[in-house]
Amino acid sequence: MIGIEHYLVVSSILFVMGVLGIFLNRKNVIIILMAIELILLAVNINLVAFSVFLGDMVGQVFAMFVLTVAAGEAAVGLAILVIYFRGRGTIAVDDINQMKG
Amino acid sequence: MIQIFAFYLFASVVIASGAFTILARNPVHSVLWLILAFFNAAGLMVLIGAEFIAMLLVIVYVGAVAVLFLFVVMMLDIDFAELRGGFMKNLPLGLALAAVFLAELIFGIGAYQAGNIALGENALNPARMGASNIQAVGELLYTRYIFLFESAGVVLLVAMVGAIVLTHRKRAGVRPQNIGSQVRRRPEEATRNTQPAVGQGVQL
Repeated sequence: MIGIEHYLVVSSILFVMGVLGIFLNRKNVIIILMAIELILLAVNINLVAFSVFLGDMVGQVFAMFVLTVAAGEAAVGLAILVIYFRGRGTIAVDDINQMKG
Repeated sequence: MIQIFAFYLFASVVIASGAFTILARNPVHSVLWLILAFFNAAGLMVLIGAEFIAMLLVIVYVGAVAVLFLFVVMMLDIDFAELRGGFMKNLPLGLALAAVFLAELIFGIGAYQAGNIALGENALNPARMGASNIQAVGELLYTRYIFLFESAGVVLLVAMVGAIVLTHRKRAGVRPQNIGSQVRRRPEEATRNTQPAVGQGVQL
């Protein structure tokens, strides 16, 4: 029988995979942004699973807000990426040290 | 029976495509794996009766965010092979951290299985018989969470304005149409009466 634990395990594996993706692709901002999307997806699965399990719709409402913020974050992050690439010709995270004091 | 099969199908595909997202050599492939992960996560959510969020995932994530990623990946001309340097160097630390996080999460779930902690009455238990998922979400969203809903709209607006302001650039050397100056033109400035002598041309 599928219980809440199954969903929680799936979402935690997905979450950890997102964290691992940030660590493995430390140079490539695009993959880091995708890993953040994976993390937010895991959070959404968690919220929805608990919402259904507890019979409380608020979890799904908040999953929608998480989705909103994820969309905005992706848009602004990619915009920053585009202007950074325009100025420097690379997107390697290691080279981003212009604001270092 | 079919639900169990569907759950394991969706769950395994979600996890596998998540793994390929972070491991693929080509970022375009990464985006495509990410789309597969979103689709199957939507399947997982349909399976437990959260159709609204599932449709939102397909529309917002697959339709907008993933395509945005695809655009950016294809627009930027980047040597991705060079960016993969340090992958092997970061692997042990990353795997160790991932193992720690996963162990913590699984421990939490296992502890939960032993009996959950009662945090109090469920204040908003709808237990709405006969109402569909979308109806229930809408009734919460447009009544109790209306201000949060509107501020989500503001967040999207600010993100849109920010993205446009960041990426918009004024180019020198191009002469676009200036509608304001065209509308402001008066006949007095635009035309001139001259009386040239016979045989002479007109200086324009």
